[in-house]
Amino acid sequence: MSECVVPTLTSKEVVASKSVLPDGWKADLTNLKALDLTLAVMELLRRTTSRLPQDVIDAIVKGRDAEEEGSRAFNTLNDMVRNINLADGQVTPLCQDTGSVIFWVRHPFGLSQRAARAQIRAAVVEATKRSWLRPNCVESLSGKNSGTNMDPFHEHHPAFHFEEWDRPEVEISVMQKGGGCENVGAQYRLPDAALGAGRDIKGVRKCIIDAVVKAQGQGCSPGILGVAIGGDRVTGYEKSKELILRKLGTANADPKMDAFEKDLTADLNTLGIGPMGYGGVTTALGIHVEEMYRHPASFYVSISYMCWSSRRGTLTFLANGQPSYDL
Amino acid sequence: MIRLTTPITEDQVRQLKVGDEVLLNGRVVLSRDIGHKFMKEQKPEWLKPILENMVIYHCGPVVKKNADGSWSFVAAGPTTSIREEPYQADVIETYKVRGVIGKGGMGKKTSEGLQKTGAVYLHATGGAGSLLAERVKRVVDVKMLEEFGSPEAFWIIEVEDFPLVVTMDSHGGSLHEIVAQQSQERAKALMA
Repeated sequence: MSECVVPTLTSKEVVASKSVLPDGWKADLTNLKALDLTLAVMELLRRTTSRLPQDVIDAIVKGRDAEEEGSRAFNTLNDMVRNINLADGQVTPLCQDTGSVIFWVRHPFGLSQRAARAQIRAAVVEATKRSWLRPNCVESLSGKNSGTNMDPFHEHHPAFHFEEWDRPEVEISVMQKGGGCENVGAQYRLPDAALGAGRDIKGVRKCIIDAVVKAQGQGCSPGILGVAIGGDRVTGYEKSKELILRKLGTANADPKMDAFEKDLTADLNTLGIGPMGYGGVTTALGIHVEEMYRHPASFYVSISYMCWSSRRGTLTFLANGQPSYDL
Repeated sequence: MIRLTTPITEDQVRQLKVGDEVLLNGRVVLSRDIGHKFMKEQKPEWLKPILENMVIYHCGPVVKKNADGSWSFVAAGPTTSIREEPYQADVIETYKVRGVIGKGGMGKKTSEGLQKTGAVYLHATGGAGSLLAERVKRVVDVKMLEEFGSPEAFWIIEVEDFPLVVTMDSHGGSLHEIVAQQSQERAKALMA
């Protein structure tokens, strides 16, 4: 059981050959009013639910290779690679918790957000019917499951972030964020006397270490952390989640913050929590930190924890209308 | 590697120790949040023959209904177990459950329940949904599907060589407690 499993993702050509989009399908970006995103977003979900981004796979393999061969940590990371290969090959969900489905839509002037929302919701309903997504939207108090992944009030699920930009392309990113890792996210208010954390980068560091220790294996470690310094209780968490979309291994634009991220990742990997909390040297795959502005009286550190199965993907309609997927 | 087939006797369970790797075979019953609250508060009699000497799996699967009306599991990894901490010990005792499969481990109350009744906590790899669904050979039955919805229903399945690690045994041992303590000490040093 202890041989190194090699990741064997199918080629992009094979993935494209299984697409739900008709051959050569293109959007007409000169007529945004008539644009229908439904099929293209279904295809995005088909990919994100079954296929991990290459940077995440590379980080998992690197973690596996750092563990002692044959150890529980090594075998667990090896099983994760096996699972990645299997889900991709048979196009089944990587994880039964296909998560809360969160969309970021960036678009030029002229696209109707109301229409886009309705189309993307229809894509989520169809993806649920096809067992690419588990119905993950329940009434809070009764626990009653809508069965379709739709929140009838259009408030919570799926979640949308719209932004108009001055480019001709339409870009849709999606994240499937599991409940287990969402539950171990945390928000701190500095100063924090119990932690001995003040309103400085040292204080921020203490919050992150504390959150990872409290999470243990419960967020399906090794995790990826998005950390927003500042903002308010809402915008901080929003930003922290968005930071998980950043590719692992890409540098933070701020060199000081980049060094902070790298040093802290190395420190977290000495905690001994390891994959799934079994012990080991692979506790965090990466940390992405960004500083925001804040109210003078408030200093929040908002931490979103993403499980190792970091399902994210982006669909870009190029200026000529061709859909392009990064997975 | 230890091969176990459900139903399991108390004797078999008492021999298991933290760190043992187990391949589980036979019937397993899925239950998670709503199911555990229901079992503790309502103690339904009809579940007794289904759960006695059996194993509960904390899992909300992705399922698929086949053309002939039968069900298949598409993805079926474990969910976080600690949410069942307020209920688990009672459920184990009431229904004489011999094993609980999940991820992330459980707390003191559950550990006491495992010791008292004679049961173990078995850890599965979280997120390995496709890999673990492959080891589900058959969906035997499902209870409370309408009432609870598919992620929360009592699915009764048959598994073959389901790969698990004993992380809490019936003698008070817990790998999770050890890792938590060691990481807390290391965190103190990192924060100093």
